[in-house]
Amino acid sequence: MREATQETRATRRLAPAAVPWLLSLPALLLFAAVLVIPLIMTILLSFHDWSQYGGIKPVLILKNWREIWSDPYYAEMFLRTFRIAALVTLVTALVGAPEAYILNRMRPPWRGLFVLVLLGPLLISVVARTLGWALLFGGRTGVVNAALINLHLIASPIPFMFTETGIVVALVHVLMPFMVLAVWTALQRLDPQIENAAASLGAGHLTILRRVILPQVVPGMLSGGIIVFALAASAFATPAIIGGRRLKVAATLAYDEFLNTLNWPLGAAVAVLLLVVLVAIVVTANRLTERRYAEVLG
Amino acid sequence: MSRNGPLALIFHAAFVIFMLAPIVVVCAVAFTPEGYLSFPTHGLSLRWFRAIADYPEFIHAFWLSIGLGALSATIALAVSVPAALAIARHRFVGRGLATTLFMSPLMIPNVVLGIAFLRFFSEIGVGGSFTGLVLAHIIFVFPYALRLTLASATGMDRAIEQAAISLGASEWTILRRITVPLILPGLVSGWTLAFIQSFDEVTMTVFVAAPGTQTLPVRMFLYIQDNIDPLVTSVSACVIAITATALIALDRLYGLERLLSGHAGTRDRE
Repeated sequence: MREATQETRATRRLAPAAVPWLLSLPALLLFAAVLVIPLIMTILLSFHDWSQYGGIKPVLILKNWREIWSDPYYAEMFLRTFRIAALVTLVTALVGAPEAYILNRMRPPWRGLFVLVLLGPLLISVVARTLGWALLFGGRTGVVNAALINLHLIASPIPFMFTETGIVVALVHVLMPFMVLAVWTALQRLDPQIENAAASLGAGHLTILRRVILPQVVPGMLSGGIIVFALAASAFATPAIIGGRRLKVAATLAYDEFLNTLNWPLGAAVAVLLLVVLVAIVVTANRLTERRYAEVLG
Repeated sequence: MSRNGPLALIFHAAFVIFMLAPIVVVCAVAFTPEGYLSFPTHGLSLRWFRAIADYPEFIHAFWLSIGLGALSATIALAVSVPAALAIARHRFVGRGLATTLFMSPLMIPNVVLGIAFLRFFSEIGVGGSFTGLVLAHIIFVFPYALRLTLASATGMDRAIEQAAISLGASEWTILRRITVPLILPGLVSGWTLAFIQSFDEVTMTVFVAAPGTQTLPVRMFLYIQDNIDPLVTSVSACVIAITATALIALDRLYGLERLLSGHAGTRDRE
């Protein structure tokens, strides 16, 4: 006990500036050793040379980057990755925002029950959820296609496996909770009395929606959209199961280069490019939304 | 507050069907007597649940995932508490930079993390080992642990600590009797979220795991790459049943809305 007191006296004598550094030292050391160094090694790896029989040569050349730049296969693949991510973001916003609004107007115990329905899937492996979609749409016998044909909504089955449609549907399901929660968080800050005030001043339903609710929901949709976009662009398991070898996105291509072709330097270059583009998009989007809403909120 | 109209309720019903459909289908197909994956199924059978017993890789992978989740969540939490106290209570040079660094695993695509760890671990000689998996998962779950410990450390009333000091309590007593109990709810949430994130992670782990150290999601992912029999659906049904039981228990004990409302928030950038 006396030793402990002396020790605390010793820490008290330390310059106050050192205390926060000492407290965060374990975390800083951990991150420097296990995150910063591996990331730097990956960036270096993307400049290394590789050949089928010679393996990896630790030189610094632009071969992989030139290949990505000049071969239209990579441009097409990155375009597909970001097209899928943009579509997923759009659909989750259009469906998730109204659902968050409905959820917010529910009373207990219904609200708690449906929050469970919404959050539950987050805890179930992406692999199982994607498999479920493959089973629902799978082939000619898939129940969704059969139902749509019986309702005369479509003439022939919608192709699902190995298509972008399939990847988008499954990713919308996987990422929907993030959008609903983001919009819901924004709605909870909204005072319900404002709606009543607008109604008592004679505003119609549409006017309230357009002039009162929507402006408050949009920041939530934007912050949810950034999360969904980033997660969709870097998604791996869903595009791997539904797209297979035929329809590759950035993450599945990098996986193939690493674990099948064994061209690690090229795989590293694809991954680093994905990281850089994604960070640039997310940071820009964050800046833009912050600036815009800083003006609005004053 | 007005009630939801009929149109809203139809929309809501369609939404709930959309969210539950794939999960229900997986559970239904788990009871198929057929030897292949298809839906709808004809007849009921437990053969694919019995088949799990003949395939010990899944059971091994399940326990590995539990151990990995518990260990990495515990270590991440232990390291995050002092860092959270530093960030919450001190204004120091590099505070913003340190916070960004600790939160960065959320920004980095999991596939990039996987590649970085694969290369790094094979260079330092822990490639494919359980140690490697734990290190990778500590980094991956750290932001979740830190976010929630940080939130409760920031929200804590420091006057209580000052009162304890004025009453002559030692720093160790204050930490043990005041600080830790006050931030405990944040620690519980942080640990739970970190565990869930670790248990579900597949993208990064698929790079780091070797055949002997595959987690359950990785084992499932690799299995459906090579096989089209319904074994994965019965395994999924078991995991869903376990998850649902755990969820109901957590809801009763702690309140799920409270526990998980930080879920999306943790992916929010500051």
